[in-house]
Amino acid sequence: MTDTDLNKPRNALILLGCPQVPVQTSIALWLCAALNRRNIPCLVGGTPAARSLLEVADPDHHYLTEVADLDTVIEELAGGTRTVDAAFVLVHNTAAVAYAATMQEIAGGTTYALLFGEETETRMADLEGVGCRVIAAKGSHNPLPLKRRVQEVLDTWDA
Amino acid sequence: MGCIEKLDYEVIIRHASFPEAAKYIRAHCAEAYEVRPGFRIFDKAIIGIPPVLIGLDGDVVTFPFTKPCHGTFLLRVSDGAEAAMIRSKAKRVKP
Repeated sequence: MTDTDLNKPRNALILLGCPQVPVQTSIALWLCAALNRRNIPCLVGGTPAARSLLEVADPDHHYLTEVADLDTVIEELAGGTRTVDAAFVLVHNTAAVAYAATMQEIAGGTTYALLFGEETETRMADLEGVGCRVIAAKGSHNPLPLKRRVQEVLDTWDA
Repeated sequence: MGCIEKLDYEVIIRHASFPEAAKYIRAHCAEAYEVRPGFRIFDKAIIGIPPVLIGLDGDVVTFPFTKPCHGTFLLRVSDGAEAAMIRSKAKRVKP
């Protein structure tokens, strides 16, 4: 961990993967709330289905602030019209590994790959050499182990 | 990469890993080029684990296309302008 990682980011992105695994929606909403409490503006990017799961769960946007289409977010970051200090990429399949690697390349700040699901060891191996920070907790239905691991990172910002 | 789905493409490999896609391109395409994730192809930023390989055979472009719920597909599309753009901007690694 470097000193830069310990600094509280000025803004953050949560990039949603395929919403097939229940942990994703829960962790994303919790992370939105945790970032809001720290006054860190947070954009959530995802597919229509992944976004709908969040927006139906938080209809009055108590936790969600800015929500955008996944492809639009990628285009803005790749084109340099948007930058983020911290990108949290939710990863449970091989496609999300590619998105995490892409974020590491184009987002500009620190990319955190949040690994969950039943194949975290394989996903961790897939991410070797990519350079993003990996936060992993095996499991598909219980969000608490991953929440605890992410909380440890957030705590370093509060120190 | 919504607009890519509107192209007249051929699927070469479904659910490909990036090493598998790169291996295919090196073995079967006349020319191979390396790009970084975010490189624009068919007006969209490419998603992938770097370095991402793109293959060319004349006007035919072979490239990986990733969707969050469906994984990575190795696609082939004939487009002379896009092939010329890749030749001018990307790093040639084969031959």
